[in-house]
Amino acid sequence: MATGIQEIQAWTEQEYKYGFETPIETEALPPGLNEDVIREISRRKREPEFLLEWRLKAYRHWLTMEEPRWANVKYPPIDYQSIVYFAAPKGWKKGPKSLDEIDPELLRTYQKLGIPLDEQERLAGVAVDAVFDSVSVATTLQEQLSKLGIIFCSFSEAAEKYPELVERYLGSVVPYTDNFFAALNSAVFSDGSFCYVPKGVRCPVELSTYFRINARNTGQFERTLIIADEGAYVSYLEGCTAPIRDSNQLHAAVVELVAHDYATIKYSTVQNWYPGDRQGRGGIYNFVTKRGKCLGKYSKISWTQLETGSAITWKYPSCLLIGEGSVGEFYSVAVTNNYQQADTGTKMIHIGRNTRSTIVSKGISAGHGQNSYRGMVKILKSAEGARNFSQCDSMLLGNQCGAHTFPYLEVKNPTARVEHEASVSRIGEEQIFYCRQRGLSTEDAVSMIVSGFTRQVLQELPMEFAVEAQRLLSVSLEGSVG
Amino acid sequence: MLEIRNLHAKAGDKSILRGVNLKVCAGEVHAIMGPNGSGKSTLAQVIAGRDLYEVTEGEVLFEGKNLLELSPEERAREGIFLAFQYPVEIPGVSNLYFLRTALNAVRKHRGLEELDVVDFMELVKQRVKLLGMNEALLERPVNEGFSGGEKKRNEILQMAVLEPRLAILDETDSGLDIDALKAVAAGINAMRSPERAIVVVTHYQRLLEYVEPDFVHVMAEGRIVRSGDKELARELERQGYSWLEEEEALAGESRT
Ligand SMILES: Nc1ncnc2c1ncn2[C@@H]1O[C@H](COP(=O)(O)OP(=O)(O)OP(=O)(O)O)[C@@H](O)[C@H]1O
Ligand SMILES: [Mg+2]
Repeated sequence: MATGIQEIQAWTEQEYKYGFETPIETEALPPGLNEDVIREISRRKREPEFLLEWRLKAYRHWLTMEEPRWANVKYPPIDYQSIVYFAAPKGWKKGPKSLDEIDPELLRTYQKLGIPLDEQERLAGVAVDAVFDSVSVATTLQEQLSKLGIIFCSFSEAAEKYPELVERYLGSVVPYTDNFFAALNSAVFSDGSFCYVPKGVRCPVELSTYFRINARNTGQFERTLIIADEGAYVSYLEGCTAPIRDSNQLHAAVVELVAHDYATIKYSTVQNWYPGDRQGRGGIYNFVTKRGKCLGKYSKISWTQLETGSAITWKYPSCLLIGEGSVGEFYSVAVTNNYQQADTGTKMIHIGRNTRSTIVSKGISAGHGQNSYRGMVKILKSAEGARNFSQCDSMLLGNQCGAHTFPYLEVKNPTARVEHEASVSRIGEEQIFYCRQRGLSTEDAVSMIVSGFTRQVLQELPMEFAVEAQRLLSVSLEGSVG
Repeated sequence: MLEIRNLHAKAGDKSILRGVNLKVCAGEVHAIMGPNGSGKSTLAQVIAGRDLYEVTEGEVLFEGKNLLELSPEERAREGIFLAFQYPVEIPGVSNLYFLRTALNAVRKHRGLEELDVVDFMELVKQRVKLLGMNEALLERPVNEGFSGGEKKRNEILQMAVLEPRLAILDETDSGLDIDALKAVAAGINAMRSPERAIVVVTHYQRLLEYVEPDFVHVMAEGRIVRSGDKELARELERQGYSWLEEEEALAGESRT
């Protein structure tokens, strides 16, 4: 019986389009981790003393920790001594540079990835920080932004130029003691983006960072810190890809967001790390800690993510809702195909009065993919009048994949209102047949059904990326039907 | 236009169609009646190409082509339309978008240009009016949260927009209030044309008062056991199916 299941299975035959390798010489530290490696990373990045101290403290703490195993994902033990913790294109020098100082091979790489860095071809209305392995290779539109007082640069640059901001906010949302991977990141983090939007400024362009892992056996440990001061607004997007390799690579990032009174941060992710091949060989382990602090009253942090890549994803972009009336949002589409595994979701911690949160999670599983939603809504005693709405929907394509939901709820204030809805649907042979009876091909039918399913989330993405996201979504599921 | 010869089909191990013969010519309206579970929907779905059902014997020709060799979408593009007994919901996809995608798929196959949004809207609005439909349904996701009657009317709207050569309407009249029934009937009648054939599957004489069939067939246990004109439908309305079954049984006995 070919009731769509075989067709759906066949639909997973799409190749990863970003799997090429850039032929560029890298300068890397030898694999392994110890205090000397950390000192060397810090030295190469010409970091201020406090940062090195902080890294070492994190490292010492990490040594006392155990790798978490509670997530609903399976993978062999990671040998942390076999990973390279710092890799940079040869001749890389820190600091802003003009485009003609950048290796043309790098420019070509970003061009190929659809992120042209040069003046004429750049995406309109988007500033890009390009991070290649452990370093930022270019940041665009910096000058224009600085006229508004907006700082947008690589983390390393920020550590050197704005040490007081970095020292004040680094670890203030995700302390290095938070969890195993956050501690590891704090010890060895390489590059990432830093953004500060001053009081009352609305950032006029989308800020974005494009992360690329190129070097072999290298971990990427980026660190991103975004601060929106009183009344500020910023929308930020990160994109990620990596070449095809048959060994797994570790990506353990930390992202911290801080929103002051009346400030809004919109953080979007289009994660398309190499997912591994059809047999489940290779792919990125994406173990990420993302958290935002709504520190000020009526501040707002909104996470939107489209997770299509990685062999394993372990991430829970969360919000600490401290300021009165502050708002946290989480919109997520996670796709697992072939042997991909995702354990993702969010935590909304309501601390202030009248805080509100919305969670919309859409999981799509195809092939042998396993997709777990794990979400926590915690309403503390102080959170008088807090409200949460959660909706978690899963869609299964085929019958060898799985969807799981783990909602945790803790309500300590009786005036709080919490609503939770969940659904699981199998993309029906019925639905596909209905569309085909109206003249659509199977591929078009599935992509229409999936785009309908994910619409509520994708419409939260910045306009400039919505089309790309839609395309990525159908590509990552293409070939699993018909 | 459509010719079905000795069609047998099964789902899993269950044989459902056991030798259906039917000929439908352009310009005709046929009604298929018959008790629950007799195989009416199965027949409709097999014609449309649902691969849940395996054809084990017989043939289906559409304009001389072997229909059984075509995929469901090819059949649809060739002009076969099935109004589903249970229309399917597609959450998040707007009815309009769905309709336009479908129409353009069919037009492309016919060598026509895609309709742009303006022309398309004009066409749809005109059809919506014809059916007395609520325009608000166009913006809503396909069938999601539609009432039973709204779903049925939406099927007719799709038919009216796609303009098929052969339309099979599977119990499109069930669950309609009297005004909706009249509107659906008007929609069907508006589609009647010398180039088009319409097959309505129904349990009720009521629809046939508005949509006058040229032929009425009765299905039982996977076969068409009686064919006639609209008088046959009236008779069924009066007497139910039991007299047919008795006759069948007698005929069966005389066969042995
Ligand atoms: N996919 C299937 N698997 C197993 N049995 C099926 C399947 N589809 C239909 N059947 C069975 O075949 C028989 C005919 O079903 P069908 O839906 O064609 O009847 P119908 O004449 O349309 O009935 P109704 O008037 O109730 O709509 C029924 O006994 C039904 O249970
Ligand atoms: Mg039926």
